[in-house]
Amino acid sequence: MTGKTWALVCAGALVAGLAGCSSSDGGASGGKVTLTYAYWDNENQGAAMTKIAQEFTRTHPNIEVKLQFTPNKEYWTKLQTAAAGGTAPDVFWMNGPRIGLYASQGALLPISDQVARDKVDMGKYPKSLVDLYTLDGKRYGIPKDFDTIGLWYNKDLFDAAKVKYPDASWTWDDVRAAAKRLTDPAKGVHGIGAMAWPQELYYNTIFQAGGYVISDDKKKSGYDDPATIEGLRFWKDLLDQKVSPTVQQMTDNDPIEMFKSGKLAMWYDGSYDAPQYARTEGLDADVAPLPAGPKGKATVIHGLANVIYAKTEHPREAWEFLKFLGSEQANKIQAESGAVIPAYEGLQDSWVKSMPELNLRAFIDQLPDARPYPVSKNTAAWSAPEVDAITKAFSDGQDVEAVAKQFAATMNAALSQEK
Amino acid sequence: MSAGEVGTVERAAVTGRVAARRARRRGLRDREWLWGYAMIAPLVLGLGVFYLWPVAQSVYYSFTEWTLFGDATWVGLRNYERLFADPANAKALKNTFLYGGLSLLGIPLSIGVAALLSTRGLKLVSFYRTLYFLPVVTMPAAVAMIWSWLYNGDYGLINYLLSLVGIRGTSWIANPSTALYAIVAVGIWTQIGYNAVIFMAGLQSIPDQLYEAAALDGAGRVRQFFKVTLPLLSPSVFFVSVLGVINGLQMFDLIYLLFRRGNPAREETQTVVSLFFTRAFEEGAKGYAAAMAVVLMVITLALTVVQFRMQKRWVHYA
Repeated sequence: MTGKTWALVCAGALVAGLAGCSSSDGGASGGKVTLTYAYWDNENQGAAMTKIAQEFTRTHPNIEVKLQFTPNKEYWTKLQTAAAGGTAPDVFWMNGPRIGLYASQGALLPISDQVARDKVDMGKYPKSLVDLYTLDGKRYGIPKDFDTIGLWYNKDLFDAAKVKYPDASWTWDDVRAAAKRLTDPAKGVHGIGAMAWPQELYYNTIFQAGGYVISDDKKKSGYDDPATIEGLRFWKDLLDQKVSPTVQQMTDNDPIEMFKSGKLAMWYDGSYDAPQYARTEGLDADVAPLPAGPKGKATVIHGLANVIYAKTEHPREAWEFLKFLGSEQANKIQAESGAVIPAYEGLQDSWVKSMPELNLRAFIDQLPDARPYPVSKNTAAWSAPEVDAITKAFSDGQDVEAVAKQFAATMNAALSQEK
Repeated sequence: MSAGEVGTVERAAVTGRVAARRARRRGLRDREWLWGYAMIAPLVLGLGVFYLWPVAQSVYYSFTEWTLFGDATWVGLRNYERLFADPANAKALKNTFLYGGLSLLGIPLSIGVAALLSTRGLKLVSFYRTLYFLPVVTMPAAVAMIWSWLYNGDYGLINYLLSLVGIRGTSWIANPSTALYAIVAVGIWTQIGYNAVIFMAGLQSIPDQLYEAAALDGAGRVRQFFKVTLPLLSPSVFFVSVLGVINGLQMFDLIYLLFRRGNPAREETQTVVSLFFTRAFEEGAKGYAAAMAVVLMVITLALTVVQFRMQKRWVHYA
C-alpha cells in the first residue's frame, strides 16, 4: 500500500494531534504584552486592520498586536485545529454560522461582565447583530461590521429593453415581468440569475414569503412550511420560465462574473460585493432595495464580530483591544476603507459616500426590515447539506416541495443532535 | 603415531580454526544484525510515528465522538452503525468503485501508447514521451482548472468542437448524468503517461528471440502480441492495475476541486474520501469520519489481497 493511502486514512487523526503552529507568544517581556489578532480578508480589509492595530498600540504602548491573516477557505480549519491544541489567537473574527459552535464548546470568553463594568453601549450596534453573538444570555462578541442584500441591476440592459429601473416600490411581480422583458436569448442575456445561494438569494425570498429557515427555539426546520417553500418557488419559477440561466450554466460560469459581463440584467447580491461592481470597467450598474414578497419586505442581515479566545493568556489586554475594535474610532477607520459597512451607529454614512456613483443607501434603508441570518449551535451540520438540497431543488425536473420537505427531515435530525 | 592420528590432530586443528572463524563470523553477524536494525531505524521510526501510530489512533477515534475542540468520548460501535445506515455512504462507495473500475480502462490505452512510443525508428520520441508524461507532473489544481474550462457548457472547447459537427454538448461537469464519466476521463488522461513508462520498460525487457521464434512458427503480428507480448507484459499490467485501483479508491483532489457546493452534480460524484473530508472538516464529525476511513482502509486492503490472489491465474513471470 502506498504512503498516500495511509496519509489519507490518517488525515483526521493527524489534524487532531497537531497543535496549532501559531501561538500567542505570551511572554510578557518587560511588561510588554503581544496579542495575536486573526482575520480572513486581506485584500479588502488588510490595510484597515493594520491601521487599527497601530492606532491601538499608540494609545496602549504596552500592548502590541500581531496580525495573523489566513485565507477564508482555510480560516476555520486552522482556527479549529489551533483551538483544539489550546493555542488559538487571542482575538479573532467570528461569523454567525460559527458562533453557536464556538460559544457552546467553551472556546470563547464571555464578555458580559466586562461590558457592564466598562459601560460599553451595545445600543450603538444593530440589535440583530448583538443578539447573534449572545448565547444563553451571555455576550461573546462586539459587532464589527454588517451587510444586507440588494437588487443589483445593469442600467444599459434596462435602457435597451426600455424597462423602468427598480426602486423601493417593487414587488415580486415587477421582478418577474422585468425578467421576462430583459431576457434576450439571441444575445445570451438573461433577466435574472436564480442560483441556489442562501444568503444572497433564497433566504431573502423565504422571509419575504413569510417563511422561516429555523424556528426561534432552534429546534425545528422551516423547510416543510408552505410559506418557506413559496420563497423557494419564486426562484424555481424564474428558472422554469428560462428567464434565468440554468443552475448548470451558473456552475460553469460564476453568476457574479455573468452579471459583470452584461449577461444578467438583475442579480441579488450583498453590500460586500459593491467594491467589485464599482470597479468593473464597462459595467454601468446600480442597486435598489430588495422587492417585497407576499408578506412584505425583508433582507438578510449578517455581520462579523470580534471575539476573545477562552484560553487567552492575556484576558485583560485582549478585552482592552476588543473594546477598541468596537470603538467609534476603529469603526471610522473601517468605514473610510469602503470595504464593509461598519457596525457602529452613525458611521454608515461615510461608507455610503465611499462609492458615490452607487445608491449604497439602499442597503442601509433596508435595516428596519432586516432579518438575522439563520443559525443554530452547529449551523454547519445542516447548512452544508442545505445548499446541496436546494441546488437539487432548483435543477431541471425536480419538485421543489418534495426536495424541501425531504431536506426538512435531514435538518431536523441534525438539530436534534445539538445539545 | 598412525597416519590416522596425525589426521585426527590435523583435523582437530582444522576444526578449531573453522570454529574460531565461525565464532568470529558469528560475532560479525551479531554486529551485522545490530547494524541492520540501525540502518532501518530511521525508516521504521518514521513509519511508526507518522503512519502506523496515526492509523492506530484513527481506529481508536472511530469508536469515539468528538466535540469541536478535541475531547473524545467513547461511543462504541455507534459511528459504524450510523455509517452503514447512511445512504450517502452507499452512493459514495458505489461511485468510488466506479472510479476505481473505470480507471482500469486506461490500461489498454497506456499499452497502446507505450507500444507506439516503442516503435523502432520513431522520430521525436523524447518529445512525445514528455508530452504524455506532462499530465503526471502537473498540479491537480491546474489540471482541474484547465479541464473545467474545456468542459464548460457555454464556452468550452469540447462543446465548440462538437458544435462543428452539429452536436450540442452539455455542461459536462455540472450535469449529474455526465459528471462522473467526465472526471474518469480526466483521471485516465493524467495516468496514461505514468502507466506508459512502466509498460515501455516492460516491453523492452521482452527478448527479441521470442518474437523471432514465434515468427518462425508462423505467428503473425497480432498473434505475437497476444501470445508473446501480453503474457510477458502481465507483471507490469498487474502492478499498474493494483496501483490504479488503489488510486481510484482514493479519488479526492479532482472531486474536491471540481465539485464545489452548489454544483448540481456534486451529490452524484462524491467518493468515500471526499465525503470523509466533508464529514470531518466541514461538518465536524471527526469520529464518524475516522470510522469511514477505517472502512475504506479495510476495503482497499481486501481488494489488494484479492488482486494478489488472482494474479496467479494470469500473471506470468518470465
